[in-house]
Amino acid sequence: MEAQTYRVRVGLATCGIAAGASKTYDKLLPLLAEHGIVPERTGCMGMCFSEPLVEVISPAGETFLYGNVTEDKAEIIVEQHIVGGKPVEDLLVLSNVKETENSHFMAKQERILLSHMGVIDPESIESYLAYDGYKALAKAMQMSSEDVIKEVQKSGLRGRGGAGFPTGMKWNFAYQAKGDKKYVVCNADEGDPGAFMDRSVLEGNPHAVIEGMTIAAYAIGADEGYIYVRAEYPLAIKRLRKAIKEANEHGYLGNKILGTDFCFQLKIKEGAGAFVCGEETALLASIEGERGIPRPRPPFPATSGLWGKPTLLNNVETYANVPAIFRLGAEQYSKVGTERSKGTKVFALTGKIKKTGLAEVPMGITMREIIYDVGGGVQDDKEFKAVQIGGPSGGCLPAELLDLPVDYDSLTAAGAMMGSGGLVVMDETTCMVDVAKFFLTFTQSESCGKCTPCREGTKRMLEILERITEGNGQPGDIETLEELGEAIRDSALCGLGQTAPNPVLSTLRYFRHEYEEHINEGKCRAGVCTNLITYYIIPEKCTGCTLCARNCPVNAISGERKQPHVIDPSVCIKCGVCMEKCNFDAIILK
Amino acid sequence: MSKVNITINGQALQVDAGMTILEAAQAAGIDIPTFCHDPELTRAGACRICVVEVAGARNLPASCTTPVAEGMVIETESERVQKARRSILELIWADHPHDCLTCEKTGSCKLQDYSYRYNVKESPYKGEARDIPLDDTNPFFFRDLNKCILCGKCIRKCHEINGAGAIDFMYRGFGTKVTTAFDDPIEESSCVFCGMCVDICPVGALIPKQGLQQGRSWEVDKVLTTCPYCGCGCTFYLHVRNDKIVGVTPNFDGPMKGHLCAKGRFGWDFVDSPDRLQTPLIKKDGEFVEASWEEALDLIAAKLKEVRAQYGADAIAGLSSARITNEENYLFQKLLRSLGTNNVDHCARL
Repeated sequence: MEAQTYRVRVGLATCGIAAGASKTYDKLLPLLAEHGIVPERTGCMGMCFSEPLVEVISPAGETFLYGNVTEDKAEIIVEQHIVGGKPVEDLLVLSNVKETENSHFMAKQERILLSHMGVIDPESIESYLAYDGYKALAKAMQMSSEDVIKEVQKSGLRGRGGAGFPTGMKWNFAYQAKGDKKYVVCNADEGDPGAFMDRSVLEGNPHAVIEGMTIAAYAIGADEGYIYVRAEYPLAIKRLRKAIKEANEHGYLGNKILGTDFCFQLKIKEGAGAFVCGEETALLASIEGERGIPRPRPPFPATSGLWGKPTLLNNVETYANVPAIFRLGAEQYSKVGTERSKGTKVFALTGKIKKTGLAEVPMGITMREIIYDVGGGVQDDKEFKAVQIGGPSGGCLPAELLDLPVDYDSLTAAGAMMGSGGLVVMDETTCMVDVAKFFLTFTQSESCGKCTPCREGTKRMLEILERITEGNGQPGDIETLEELGEAIRDSALCGLGQTAPNPVLSTLRYFRHEYEEHINEGKCRAGVCTNLITYYIIPEKCTGCTLCARNCPVNAISGERKQPHVIDPSVCIKCGVCMEKCNFDAIILK
Repeated sequence: MSKVNITINGQALQVDAGMTILEAAQAAGIDIPTFCHDPELTRAGACRICVVEVAGARNLPASCTTPVAEGMVIETESERVQKARRSILELIWADHPHDCLTCEKTGSCKLQDYSYRYNVKESPYKGEARDIPLDDTNPFFFRDLNKCILCGKCIRKCHEINGAGAIDFMYRGFGTKVTTAFDDPIEESSCVFCGMCVDICPVGALIPKQGLQQGRSWEVDKVLTTCPYCGCGCTFYLHVRNDKIVGVTPNFDGPMKGHLCAKGRFGWDFVDSPDRLQTPLIKKDGEFVEASWEEALDLIAAKLKEVRAQYGADAIAGLSSARITNEENYLFQKLLRSLGTNNVDHCARL
């Protein structure tokens, strides 16, 4: 078999680079050059759990995805597979000709949006064009504005930023709005803890977003647009800049697009890191150079947005879906999903899950399928406790709801929300009060400070949660949390404030017993809240090996050699080292 | 203007389309509490005390920012609304000094009024409270940011009406505060001390230094007058107690809509100043000596005649002041011209 007929791709998104993929790529470059092969750069392949990833494609089209490919392993792949023609079984993560232990990761996915991710080179427009890039734009521009909007409406696409507003309807509002100037804006201010879908799309397939935005601009009659992307995403910004430049040069953006009179100037606005700027009116204020704080709605951006002009605002994933709708046709597109939630949703699988990564699944799939079939289940086969979905605005769902279909309406009814796609799995070692405290800490420090309920209310909720986790909970705290949470939900100004109590309200709904245990019994079943736990040595099991005493950083353990040891709780700082070190399971949490 | 039909508290109303719920309610004589609303400023919807219940709406919208719509059914004092308002007041109280007994704002404080109205006696939330040192760095007013409820009216007034743009929100979350650029002392900012922020502060965060401990708002006589500092004609109320001026509040219904400058707002301590001239002074043997008006005017007339006789009328010039009225200035130039000269000018700026 001739070596030069192989193709090699390296996943070079931030996730891959962080794991060392750049070094792997640099190593491969000269090694493969000897065989006349130039390794291709591509974006996130989705399997974060085994980065750096290198894919070898045989001349026959067989794919072999290798994981954890460090520099030395890159050498092995070249020698064994490229030169020797023998796939490296030990490193194989996925293949289209061979079952692997990770085959399940892809089996339940429906990759429409991500179909070209990990395939194309995000820094080359030619690569995008080779996979039908900008054909959707050409197709849309053959249609009237009304027909383009009708097609989007027919697809059933709903906003992927979280709230799930029907996209076609939003486009129609912006189209109907009167104005001599209109804007198209993309919300790429992804900020939910644990979410990285939008970053992956921007880094892996920036042209899809640009193409979606250009179609939107054509539909509503806009000639200027902004992508608001957080400055903490330098690679996404770099690739977007390059993509915009190339799209301009190739006539897919800028003046006289595809030789017509349609013009669309697209710019990047870097956000300074305020979470609230993901809220659409705060985002627009930030583009205008104002402090990023929400404005009252109405007026909605579709009628009065950026600088008071009609503005269409969607998020990264929403725009990236648009080319697929025109490529496949709305009818075909809408065959995936449920009655009211069409298409697919990209999720960032994180937390205590075996296969952390990026997955695109059809709407309506159950949470169980995502976590167990795609994600491989809970790490170390511990007991599943909850899944947090929707970021700080979302909620924690318990095991009883694992069979809940994942669509906008079911999730909202269950007290969570679709959100942008962060999915954090929690196991038995997670304390739900502590989780609620984590999210309230986040929303309180990210509250813009404008409206009273959010600014003051989240602060007081957080203080109560801190008290409970410190072991100072009082009877009535739960009721106060509920009342205050409902008042904030009822009266806060923006979506961030209105949903800020959700992590508390949803954990209270499904894990109330944990709150009660903290307050009434002074107990944290997960062993997380240090004030509520005591390390104890079972004398019958202790052999007096002294290992724990020698490792205790504060000398809290005493005892004679070969005699049972004792922990002095007044000295113990509850670091847990003793329990980790004990070879006889003699140390327990009480 | 087209009209829409709405119902507020069971009362069917026909109101102008484009009005907010708050405006429609006010027009119907229904009082909705507000902290951050000011009719001449952009609508902020920040304090949320004005929330109302609209049939079919998921949340409680702020009445100051929500436009009326055909068929809207609104409740301004339902149980849910009152609960939310109480909750907001309790949240404000949790981080507001409880020194109403000595606070200068007592009697004209909205937080006090609404706490009374909704029977909020204390806050159930005990926790961290702001501890920002009192800002005493300017001669005109105190800034006690521990009392600030962050309604943002001062900021909008400063940016939208005055144009000085001296203050804005800084920091986030619980740490949010209204301050100058780089948190500098107010005197080092672009503040021009018009005092409009002081006048619209609904609580005791901005307190004028004049008149401290000299009378509660209900103890003073409020005398409507016209500012004599310049010819703009701003009107305001002088607060008078025991024949002394102890304060000023703007006349929002006047031609200047209550917009004052530093002089009109704060410049009244001269009225009772011991340094103030009570009679004309005539220089005799190198010293100023008190004189009667007749004596002084006779001297001026004699001197003017003398100069005119010796050097001609154009040797005389008159300079008047912007602090007198247009009519007085008119008479002044008339006087000069009657003396035979056109040499008359006016400082026109103070």
